[in-house]
Amino acid sequence: MSAPNKPEVVKDASMVKQKEMIARNYDLLTSTAEHGRKVSSTFVPGNLNELLMCFDMLNNLPEINAIQNGMRKASGGMIMAAEKAGHSEDVCTYVKSDLGMMAKGNIAPNGKPFPEPDVLLLSYTGCYTFMKWFELLRHEYKCPTVMLHVPYAGDGVVTDNMRNYVVKQLKEKVIPTLEEISGVRFDIDRLREYLRESARAEDDLVWVLETGKRTPSPIDAYFGGVYYIGPIFTAFRGTPDATEYYRLLRQEIEQRVAQGKGPVTPDGDMPEQKYRIVVEGPPNYTSFRDFWKMFYEDGAVVVASTYTKVGGLYDFGFRHDPDNPLESLADYCLGCYTNNNLPTRIDMLEKYVNDYDADGLLINSIKSCNSFSAGQLLMLREIEKRTGKPGGFVETDLVDPRYFSAANVKNRLESYFQMIDQKRRGHHAAATA
Amino acid sequence: MSTAQIIERCQELFDDLNFGYAREWKAAGEGRKVVGFTPVYVPRELIHAAGMLPLGILGGGDQLEVIHGDAYYQSYICRIPRSTVELGVTGRLDFVDGMLFPFVCDVMRNLSGMWKINFPGVYVHFFDTPQNFDPEIGGRYYRHELEELKEGLEQLGGREITDAALHESIALYNENRRLVRAVYELRAREPWKAPTSEVYLLMRAGMTLAVEEHNRMLVDYMAAAQAEDRPRRDNCRTAITGSFCEQPPLNLVKAIEIAGCYVVDDDYMLVNRWLMEAVPTDGDPLENLSRAFLEHSVETSCKYVEREQDKGRFLVESVRSSGAEGVIFAAPSFCDPALLDQPMLQSRLAEENIPYIALQYAENSGQMQPIREQAGTFADSIKLWE
Repeated sequence: MSAPNKPEVVKDASMVKQKEMIARNYDLLTSTAEHGRKVSSTFVPGNLNELLMCFDMLNNLPEINAIQNGMRKASGGMIMAAEKAGHSEDVCTYVKSDLGMMAKGNIAPNGKPFPEPDVLLLSYTGCYTFMKWFELLRHEYKCPTVMLHVPYAGDGVVTDNMRNYVVKQLKEKVIPTLEEISGVRFDIDRLREYLRESARAEDDLVWVLETGKRTPSPIDAYFGGVYYIGPIFTAFRGTPDATEYYRLLRQEIEQRVAQGKGPVTPDGDMPEQKYRIVVEGPPNYTSFRDFWKMFYEDGAVVVASTYTKVGGLYDFGFRHDPDNPLESLADYCLGCYTNNNLPTRIDMLEKYVNDYDADGLLINSIKSCNSFSAGQLLMLREIEKRTGKPGGFVETDLVDPRYFSAANVKNRLESYFQMIDQKRRGHHAAATA
Repeated sequence: MSTAQIIERCQELFDDLNFGYAREWKAAGEGRKVVGFTPVYVPRELIHAAGMLPLGILGGGDQLEVIHGDAYYQSYICRIPRSTVELGVTGRLDFVDGMLFPFVCDVMRNLSGMWKINFPGVYVHFFDTPQNFDPEIGGRYYRHELEELKEGLEQLGGREITDAALHESIALYNENRRLVRAVYELRAREPWKAPTSEVYLLMRAGMTLAVEEHNRMLVDYMAAAQAEDRPRRDNCRTAITGSFCEQPPLNLVKAIEIAGCYVVDDDYMLVNRWLMEAVPTDGDPLENLSRAFLEHSVETSCKYVEREQDKGRFLVESVRSSGAEGVIFAAPSFCDPALLDQPMLQSRLAEENIPYIALQYAENSGQMQPIREQAGTFADSIKLWE
């Protein structure tokens, strides 16, 4: 019996470009013995890619490795390996996926082993777990670790004291450490050039994300958004490759707008948009496509999401600034989504629901991620109160397949979409009465 | 006064979820204000110097039925924020004028934002502490944070906090920390004279009482404990770690002792011994508090340890200095700081041949039999095999 024919996935030029960039980075990471470049591990929020590039260093992001393993359905075994080694069931599965990956040979997606990091750049931004994660990695690798403490904007403002503190750490701790490890002297003009390049890509990214305001939306700002943020949140911000990627992406979205098309999904163009949703929280990666399908099959498109802001609030005006390079890096770190307090996050969500003409807010609450999740039920109620739009709530995990219950999630989503229908009928009835 | 009488008073304070003492303290003088704080560390000296009462809010324990609080949190989040919310929304904290949420973890951090939304009339401040311990970097940052807190309290109280008042408050808290350490030393030396079920309540009383009153109580307790003749048991000596934020139910504290473990060190309510040396009472008080934090504060999971070789050193030293024979990792369920740290600390203990066990709890855990069995087996194994 032959296998049923799968529809051929048509890849846009930007998709091909991103795939190529990621593959090249993994090839570089796994061939350090040949080219000798130093490797830094660091995190996505507060990621200082431009700075690392000033030292010719490669950037290995453990969250991205966990996501890759999640999407390849390999993370479950890794998490269990870490739990067997004594890590609690209660803690972040990104961490356990990473530690489990080490235990299983530290193999990169290209099938070759990752090198040991030369330095752990602990850019401690918006997530407590980061601090422990790199203490745990340091415990394994016994390698140099440099901490960049980014204060939480607990009172809703970034003060001069916070900014000065971050800049001082960059000048007196981070840069000297990277100089020592790489043997490359820091050149601020080189940093300025990279930041200039970053800002170009950031302009195009914002343009793309804001097309979610259109009807129909030409993008899916959550599931599709995960791909759109890929280059800029990871090892490519500040490179001409990233600029080129966003140029291509923008062209493709411009074309979709001109053709009145909705977003592209794994099953092709999304034909109908019945529900416009704002989503708060990260996605589930172990059943990423199944999860996405639950939306597009019911005609739900995500017009804005907060997850696409964890690596920078570009749509609220932030751009890397070559004229103030270190201050700009500090502002970037301080402004990442989860470094903002709950009232600020609620204001942002309210703005998204209104500006993107959404039917409501859906929260995907992630077991692993207290930084995102603690307080989300209050956020939901506040948004319902302020906008009058219904809220929905599902619970999954980032990369632990044990916490993705497909039937349960689908059931909740369907109920939520019905709630939107009901709300509309209520409005319609009120308007015609 | 006997230990029983002192502990009875502590138990009353512990059981009172309406915070009658703090309400009475506030009502006793015009314009008095109460400032609550959650674990782990805030400089209580600043609140005291502002003429206010610092009030430790350590969750609702096992006597508070959480109804509203559960509507704020998913099932996989620890219990202390939900019982704290319960205390707030049921009006039990309606007399509290300010709330400080010091850095511990993301859950407590986000609780500060929830408080801002739920209680707009209250002064709410997320109090950050540095993770960089260089006086010129983290020290400078922290000095400004202290200044900001001072200004916030001055605004709340409508009066200036003078250096003289701060020096006086620092002296009082120095004395409090000295006495707390003395109680801990007494317990480590003669644990049968100062059982942890008592020491715990004595320290909890310090979260509520005015520092002057708590200091007197500590002195009285030590005098009474020294004077009383209590039977010495053939228990093993253990240190508890991981309980610095959400507190275990009192029955768990007792169960560990009943199972045959003298507790000779712990990390309950670390705020009362966070600073390990006396803070100078002259010069710039904020600078002094900052230096004390950078140079003489305890190691716990919410602080970054700069050098790998130092990770867990503090715990090992506490085991050595208290004469503990083993360590009980007692962490609240879903506590990121304690649970993420645990494997690293355990590995360090293993290197030092220090035995350990691990258990988890919630502040409302009710079933103590498994805890007793686990702790009892641990005690037996130390007694029989070590």
